[in-house]
Amino acid sequence: MSGAPVRGDAGTAITDVAASPAAGAPAIELERLVHVYPEGTRALAGVDLRVAGGEAVAIVGQNGSGKSTLVRHLNGLLRPTEGIVRLGGRDTSGERVARLAALVGLAFQDPDRQIFAGRVRAEVAFGPRNLGVRGAALDRAVADALAAVGLGEAAEANPYDLGFSRRKLLGIASVLAMRTPIVILDEPTTGQDLRGAARVQEIVRGLRAEGRTVIAVSHDMRFVAETFGRIVVMRGGRIALDGTPEEVFAEAAWPLLASTSLEPPLAARAGARLGLGSTPTETSLVTALLARG
Amino acid sequence: MLELRGATYRYAGYARPVLRDVDLALRDGEIVGLVGANDSGKSTICLVASGLAPLSIGGELRGEVRIDGRPTAGLAVHDLAQRVVLGFQNPATQRSGVAATVFEEVALGPMNLGLPVAETLARARRALATLRIEDLADRDPARLSGGQGQLVAIASLLAMGPRHILLDEPTAQLDPEGTNLVAAALRDLAATGAALLIVEHKTDLLDGLCDRVAVVDRGHVVQDGSAAATLEDPRLEGWGVEPPARVRLARALAARGLPRPAELGWPA
Repeated sequence: MSGAPVRGDAGTAITDVAASPAAGAPAIELERLVHVYPEGTRALAGVDLRVAGGEAVAIVGQNGSGKSTLVRHLNGLLRPTEGIVRLGGRDTSGERVARLAALVGLAFQDPDRQIFAGRVRAEVAFGPRNLGVRGAALDRAVADALAAVGLGEAAEANPYDLGFSRRKLLGIASVLAMRTPIVILDEPTTGQDLRGAARVQEIVRGLRAEGRTVIAVSHDMRFVAETFGRIVVMRGGRIALDGTPEEVFAEAAWPLLASTSLEPPLAARAGARLGLGSTPTETSLVTALLARG
Repeated sequence: MLELRGATYRYAGYARPVLRDVDLALRDGEIVGLVGANDSGKSTICLVASGLAPLSIGGELRGEVRIDGRPTAGLAVHDLAQRVVLGFQNPATQRSGVAATVFEEVALGPMNLGLPVAETLARARRALATLRIEDLADRDPARLSGGQGQLVAIASLLAMGPRHILLDEPTAQLDPEGTNLVAAALRDLAATGAALLIVEHKTDLLDGLCDRVAVVDRGHVVQDGSAAATLEDPRLEGWGVEPPARVRLARALAARGLPRPAELGWPA
């Protein structure tokens, strides 16, 4: 579970991560990453992480454990105090944010930090337009992204006439429209109802099916267990645990989870209680019960 | 006690009301959960119950909001603020923007109520301690993580010592520990006789916290009952609300002909 495994359910091929990616290089590579904010908060205290192209990784951990700080290094919003960030094998320290934007799309935790256009359609078009997409291709990128988040009907609305949950989906659509090989979603299910959460899950599965690399920061353990092949647990600016949902939510890992104030999903707790092994999802619990007969 | 009676509310510039004939009562010492699909009217109920709609944001309200039996129509904003507080969905919306430190931010509410300095400071300290964020006291409130910002926003409300408190998704960005601290703080508030309304998608949280849970669907309260009765209601998913994990699991087992959780030997 330690030592940065390189896995990729959709294969480990790098999907055009950089203009000339080093052959076989992981999509994302963090080496001894440290970040100290100007007022002295040491948000990242030495993070090593390798993510293969096409992998879907959830980052979980306590409030203030460094999750959002970590992902903001991937598109250049934050620069390392120490350490290296590589995308497709290339060190990003010399890269401009505008260039990284073509590789990495980041949907913010707080959509209001992201949204600025007066129309939903214009908001979603901004990213791809900046990447040089024009005409029918632009229209298609915008329409597809809005359809994916279920905002097709709201294309002409003012973003601030939408409720928080739909502004959040709009933030995700803006990132989808850029069709970046790496997509980062910061707390994507926050504020979503039953349908919204299911939609976010569909979006992640769709991105995985396309072979794109997805990173999500989340406190929603059920979403994480059901949607991601790999879970990284952060504690105090470091990676405390890194493995599959079965590994991370196995009973043996519970003390560590508790130390980062995380609780395994109910299905995992029930499975352990019934001696069924690690059953991180409701489906796996039911399957294990049926298999036991 | 805070009551909405036949409340129908239309936002300024909109043709149709978003709330229709809403009746909802928050009794003293009671924690009431409010669930519903996105855009069903939950946040609007908070705005109306707090008096911000229509007093501050305009629009048209028919029906009544009553606090301790007296209609709030005609009260000034500062009168209302002493009786009812509203925690916004997005902590950034609530942040004053004038405080240099978290401590000042949390002290701002009681200070604006005109309390003596010693009382103001004591309340701010107590609120930070309740949510175990004393270590954030000297931080810039604009430079916090999402979850930390949410805890500071809730501490700011606690410091005002409100009798009626409305919280719009207070734990959306919180980890389980933060969520549990907020839940404990809300229970303590209710124990002192405060009336609370909590809008939440996390039905697992409401399951253990609330006396009652109401459901809003398209601007109307369609169900209002004990937490267990509402959260086990088979119509819940149809209203766009995720049932608690224990309810989902029990149903998943039943659907495959497996015994109930209790019969399998794991407590609900």
